[in-house]
Amino acid sequence: MKVFEKSPSFYEVFERKSGPAKEATHYCPGCGHGNIHKMIAEAMDDLEITERSVFVSPVGCSVFGYYYFDCGNFQAAHGRAPAVATAVKRSNPDAIVISYQGDGDLAAIGTAETIHAANRGENITVFFVNNAIYGMTGGQMAPTTMIGQRSTTTPLGRAEQIHGNPIRMAEMLATLPAPTYIERVAVGTSKQIMKTRKAIRKALKIQKEGKGYSFVEIVSTCPTGWKMDPVAARDWLVDDMLKVFPLGVFKDESDNVDEGTWDRSFEGFVPDKVNTYLDRMKSPFDVTEELDLVKDLNCKFAGFGGQGILTLGLFLSQIGMRAGHQVSWFPAYGPEMRGGTANCSVNISRDRIGSPLVDRPNMLVVMNQPSLDAFEKDVVDGGTIIVDSTIVEGKADAKRLNVVALPASDMADEVGTTKVANVVILGAVVAATDAYEPEFVESTLRAVIKKQSLIDMNMEAFRKGYDFVKNGN
Amino acid sequence: MAAKTAVDVPFMEVNGELCKGCQLCVGVCPKTVIAVSEKLNSASYHPAYYTGADCTGCGLCFYACPEPAAIRVVKP
Amino acid sequence: MAKQFMKGNDAIIVGALAAGCRAYYGYPITPASEIAHAAALHFPALGGVFIQAESEVSAINMVYGTAGMGIRTMTASSSPGFSLKQEGLSYAAGAELPCVVVNIVRGGPGLGNIAPEQGDYFQITKGGGHGNYRLIALAPNGAQEMCDLTRKAFDLADKYRNPACIMADGITGQMMEVVDIPVPEPIPFDHSSWAADGTAATRKNLVSSIVLEPEELEEHNLKLDAKYREIVENEVLYEEYRTDDADLVVVAYGVVSRIVYSTVDQARAEGLKVGLLRPITLWPYPEKALSALAERVPAFLAVELSTGQMVEDLRLAVNGKAPVHFYGRCGGMVPGGEELLTEYRKILEGGRS
Repeated sequence: MKVFEKSPSFYEVFERKSGPAKEATHYCPGCGHGNIHKMIAEAMDDLEITERSVFVSPVGCSVFGYYYFDCGNFQAAHGRAPAVATAVKRSNPDAIVISYQGDGDLAAIGTAETIHAANRGENITVFFVNNAIYGMTGGQMAPTTMIGQRSTTTPLGRAEQIHGNPIRMAEMLATLPAPTYIERVAVGTSKQIMKTRKAIRKALKIQKEGKGYSFVEIVSTCPTGWKMDPVAARDWLVDDMLKVFPLGVFKDESDNVDEGTWDRSFEGFVPDKVNTYLDRMKSPFDVTEELDLVKDLNCKFAGFGGQGILTLGLFLSQIGMRAGHQVSWFPAYGPEMRGGTANCSVNISRDRIGSPLVDRPNMLVVMNQPSLDAFEKDVVDGGTIIVDSTIVEGKADAKRLNVVALPASDMADEVGTTKVANVVILGAVVAATDAYEPEFVESTLRAVIKKQSLIDMNMEAFRKGYDFVKNGN
Repeated sequence: MAAKTAVDVPFMEVNGELCKGCQLCVGVCPKTVIAVSEKLNSASYHPAYYTGADCTGCGLCFYACPEPAAIRVVKP
Repeated sequence: MAKQFMKGNDAIIVGALAAGCRAYYGYPITPASEIAHAAALHFPALGGVFIQAESEVSAINMVYGTAGMGIRTMTASSSPGFSLKQEGLSYAAGAELPCVVVNIVRGGPGLGNIAPEQGDYFQITKGGGHGNYRLIALAPNGAQEMCDLTRKAFDLADKYRNPACIMADGITGQMMEVVDIPVPEPIPFDHSSWAADGTAATRKNLVSSIVLEPEELEEHNLKLDAKYREIVENEVLYEEYRTDDADLVVVAYGVVSRIVYSTVDQARAEGLKVGLLRPITLWPYPEKALSALAERVPAFLAVELSTGQMVEDLRLAVNGKAPVHFYGRCGGMVPGGEELLTEYRKILEGGRS
């Protein structure tokens, strides 16, 4: 025995619907949405996916899709259903996710979401109900409105030169490589309706099997918006709309795609696993006790980009961190970038650090002339300025400041590469401030320099800078 | 099916209260056995009804009907 | 404790991972992109989701999707992108979805520039999108707080089923500091009564912000409002420094609070009794604390990277009991310590003390 009756994938009573008549839909007489809902519900039953389905209702007449389907329901913002559906599917790949959308929602305000969900090959199913009009808002022109069709915003009929042409979404999406199945069907004649039924089922089956993105455009009717009686509306659909929106399969890779091809994985939160992962992020050394610090360092390091200025700051910061000191490092950013110099601010203190920006340094490193010109005046009286004399020709004010000039770039060249000039400078900074023991710095550098082959060169560079300041050579 | 069911001829039935009188079922019925009532239901629609004979149980009216529960078709 | 020297923007992702965030949806924008970079690296490595969305609008709506399943999720952007997210935030607030949105605020209006600013205060603390709602808004001022407050934002979002926002700036995002890496703990919230996650257990649930009947929508709004009152009552966070005997309390948040902090002792050294109150939650605002201070403090000064936004909340809190001054820089300009000291001197020399 075969019984055609209300699907169990519909709620028995539409409790969420306001007003009386809780067993009837909110749709107007003759509206195609009802037919399509029935066929989706039937396919959900047959594929046994109802309890793991999530139905995403759009904005439009089908905004109330959640009145009807006895599955998880989302109501999405206008045009955003494919984005919501994407996230639901990615966050639970076992869910069967249906994005049900009208023409305004899918082909106007949500065009970007539509195209990109398709282009990512999201393993979701999109049902696109194309009835050539905005129904819910009062019969305005839709992206699919036909040339000549009157609507409340095309009172004289849609004109190509003014309003553009009706958009053919199925054809457009079929140009993308990722989608698995794209078909346009209609709820016009009985034969068309039965084809629609088949297409809906096929689309959901593709998703169930992990075969990827499926899109069924269903040419439908809006008797109210079209100002026609339901029978005349079905006739107009068949006789007129299908001339612009030809039925057919525009893409079908379902036989060529293996099951599970488009399944993505998702793992829930396992605190221990995250803990193990985060543990790998920690520093290569332990921060044990707080070492003494002669005085707080408020450093500005400046030079050309490529001289390793920022890295110099990072090395010193990590040395401070390992010593248990408060540290901040901040790269030149925004208006400070003026003049094309790279610079960074480093604070090292035993106390809480206020501003991460160092505008009055007690330690300034300059590795080019513009930096000397720009920042010398900011150094506090009695502060230290370290100058790479290979590059900087000008002289800092030795009366006001403790000036250390060393040919850092030349010294680095002697070690093997100019690139370690910043580490020569680091040696000078450490020596000039007596902030840390050189052995402590060396062991820290060994831990933080990732390339083993560069360690010896950096050690030598550091020692050269350190000895230059301490011993004058 | 061995056991004889209560029904042995196909039929369709309309829930007159849920029908919105769109008449789409009338047009698709190959046997033209669906008609429209002259009476109004409580929602002010003229509901469809089964004229009582010759339904083949094809189900086309069920799929043509936009309402989930307005039409039921039984084909033994 | 495990420590690492890291950027504020990276610390946000560490905090999010520790909080159990499993999905990140983002769109590139300076100066927030590093957050997406870190997410792209770490979320998939831990079996989670990272999607670079086609737009900011899509990103927040993806957040809406995962949040509606009761799974912790986030997005991050900077001002122009945050503007685009307002629609999604309004929907998420209406549907009562917990999620975290980070805004690394840059100079505006319009495309503005990529330098630090605090010109999004109104948008973040007053709702931002359409309708009656609020975002829980937290303002970290260093890398450790970028981590810790992000983690806290997830808890608050879950506790109140409301989006929570991290408001920071390019300096706090770009600067590196030592961060204690937190130890993740199980999430003590059960979402099965409202989330729709595509399982039989949550089949009956609906995630929606539509409430068609005016009576019901009013009731829904009042329910949200009651929740917001509860947040105001319970979740205010702020920090005070030397306000006890202050003749001038400077109110500043985010990176500005760090600059002000540096100046408090300097001001005291020259005999100016200055204190700092730093709102850590921007919404709820520390209104009670400021109102209490206003009983005895002769003057207040709001310092912001804006032309005067938070100062309006300060004035409401002080409610006429003391003069409220304002000093702001914007467009990416950041006040120096000396500049602020000059301002303090001006106020205190002209004031009662």
